[in-house]
Amino acid sequence: MTLAGAHWLTPVRATGRLALAALATVGAIALFAIRGLTAMFIGPWFPGQALRQFIAIGFYSLPVVGLTAVFTGAALALNIYTGGGRFNAEQIMPQIVALGITRELGPVLAALMLAGRVSATIAAEIGAMRATEQIDAMRTLSTDPFRYLVAPRMAAAMIALPLLTLVADIVGIGGGWLVATLTLDFNPVVYARSTVDFVEAWDVGSGLIKAVVFGFIIALMGCYQGYTASGGARGVGRAATQAMVSAGILIFAMDYVLTTLFTER
Amino acid sequence: MSAPIPRLEWKAVTKRFGGEPVLDGLNLSVEAGRSLVIIGGSGQGKSVMLKLALGLLRPDAGTVLLDGKPLPGLAGRAQRRLYDRAGVLFQGAALFDSLTVWENVAFRLTNADGVSPAKARIRALAALEQVRLTDAVANLYPAELSGGMQKRVALARAIVADPDVLFFDEPTTGLDPVTASAINALIVDQVKRLGCTAVSITHDLASARVIADDIAMLHAGAIVWRGRSEELATTDNRQVRRFVDGGA
Ligand SMILES: Nc1ncnc2c1ncn2[C@@H]1O[C@H](COP(=O)(O)OP(=O)(O)OP(=O)(O)O)[C@@H](O)[C@H]1O
Ligand SMILES: [Mg+2]
Repeated sequence: MTLAGAHWLTPVRATGRLALAALATVGAIALFAIRGLTAMFIGPWFPGQALRQFIAIGFYSLPVVGLTAVFTGAALALNIYTGGGRFNAEQIMPQIVALGITRELGPVLAALMLAGRVSATIAAEIGAMRATEQIDAMRTLSTDPFRYLVAPRMAAAMIALPLLTLVADIVGIGGGWLVATLTLDFNPVVYARSTVDFVEAWDVGSGLIKAVVFGFIIALMGCYQGYTASGGARGVGRAATQAMVSAGILIFAMDYVLTTLFTER
Repeated sequence: MSAPIPRLEWKAVTKRFGGEPVLDGLNLSVEAGRSLVIIGGSGQGKSVMLKLALGLLRPDAGTVLLDGKPLPGLAGRAQRRLYDRAGVLFQGAALFDSLTVWENVAFRLTNADGVSPAKARIRALAALEQVRLTDAVANLYPAELSGGMQKRVALARAIVADPDVLFFDEPTTGLDPVTASAINALIVDQVKRLGCTAVSITHDLASARVIADDIAMLHAGAIVWRGRSEELATTDNRQVRRFVDGGA
C-alpha cells in the first residue's frame, strides 16, 4: 500500500489543502491591498469618485454611528458606576468612560457599523460590475479599475472613519454624561470638567489611528470580495456577506494588535 | 518570409474552464485594415476568443500576438497600448449603470484622454447619432433603455475615440433590420474609410456577408474553415454548410 493511498492520511491531506487555500487567499488579499494602495498614492486620481464615496461612506453613516455611540456611552457609564461602587470609587466614572470610548469603543463601534453598512455595499456594487463585465469594459477603456473603483473607496473610508470616530467619541461621552447627570446625580459641570482635564491627546489620537486602519480594512474587504466575485447574482450576495464578516473579524483582530502596541510603555 | 505581420494573431491558443478545453490549439490571424468575422455555434467559445485577444482572460497554452508581439499579463504595457487603440463592444453591452448614457459613451474621453466634459459630451452625442440614437437618450441611465438601445450605446462607446482595432461581439443581435443594416454600414465605414482592423462575432449571416472581408468558423475549439466572405456560399466544408444552411 502506497502512502498516497493511505486512508488514515485523508484528514491530514484535507487540513493541508485547507491551510494552502487559506494561505493563497491571504496572499491574494495582500497583493490586492498593495495594488490598491499603489493606485491610491500614485495617480492618475479620480477625485470626483473619491468625493462621491466619501459622502456615501461618511455622511450617510452619521446617524447609525451617532445612535450606536450615544446608547453605548450611556450603558457603559451605568456599568462603570456599578463596578466603581463596589470599591467606593464611583467618582472616577467620567474618566473611565472617556478612556473606554476614545481608545476603544469609539473606533471599534464606528468601524463595525461601517463594516455592516459600507463593506457589504462596496462588495455588492463592485461584484455586480464584475458580473456584468463592466470591470472588463473599464479596462478596455484604458481606465484602471484599481484607480477608478478601489483607490477612491479606500481613501474615502480611511478619511471618513476617523471623522466618524471623532463624532462617536463626542456623542458617546455625551451619552455617559447624560445618564450621569440625569439619573446618577453627577454635577454636569464637574463631570464635563473632569473628562476634559483627564483625556490626553494620545487617548483620542490612538483611537483615530485605529480608525484609519479599520477604514482601510473595510474598503479592502469590500473591494476584494466584489472584485473577485463570480457566479452571477448569487456570487454578488455571497461577496457582500463575506465582505461584512471578514471585515468584522479583521477589525477585532487588528484592534487587539494595535491596542497591544499602543499600551506598551 | 515576407508575409506582413498580422495585426492580431491567436497562436496555438488553448483555454480550459474546469479542465474542459473550450479552445484547443486555435490558430487565427487578422491583417491590418481588414474585417474578420468569426462565426460558430452558441457556446463554442467565440466570446472567449475575444477576451483572450484583449488579455481579459489568459490562455492556458499558446499566445495572442499584437503586431507580432505577445500580449503580456494583467497590467502589461503592450496591453495598455492595445486598449488605447481598441474599441470593444461586449456581448452584454457592459454599460456602467451608475453613469448616464452620454457619460458612458464619453467614459474613455473624460477618464483616460483628459478631454473636458463639455467637449466629450459633444463627441459623445455625435457618436450616438452614428448609431441612430438621438439627444433624447443622452441623459437617461442604461437601465432605462431597451436591450437594443443599450447595445447601440455600447457601440457608440466603442467607436467614440476613433480606435483602430475594433472588437464587436454580436453588434446587430436584437436589432430590427433597418437599424441592423445601419450598424453594418457603420462597421464597413470604420474599416473601409478609416482603415480600422475589425474582429466581429455574429450569428447573423446576412450581416456577416456585408461586414466581413474574411470569415472564420469556430467549431469544437478550433478554426475549421477560413475564407473570403464570398466563399462562404460556395464552400463544401461540412461544418460551414451545416451552419449556413441551418435546418434547411
Ligand atoms: N468565465 C467563465 N467561466 C467558466 N466557463 C466559461 C467562462 N466563460 C465562458 N465559459 C464557457 O466557455 C464556453 C464558451 O463560451 P463563449 O461565451 O465564448 O461562447 P460563445 O461562442 O460566445 O457563445 P454565444 O454565441 O452563445 O455567445 C461555454 O461553454 C461557457 O460555459
Ligand atoms: Mg458569445
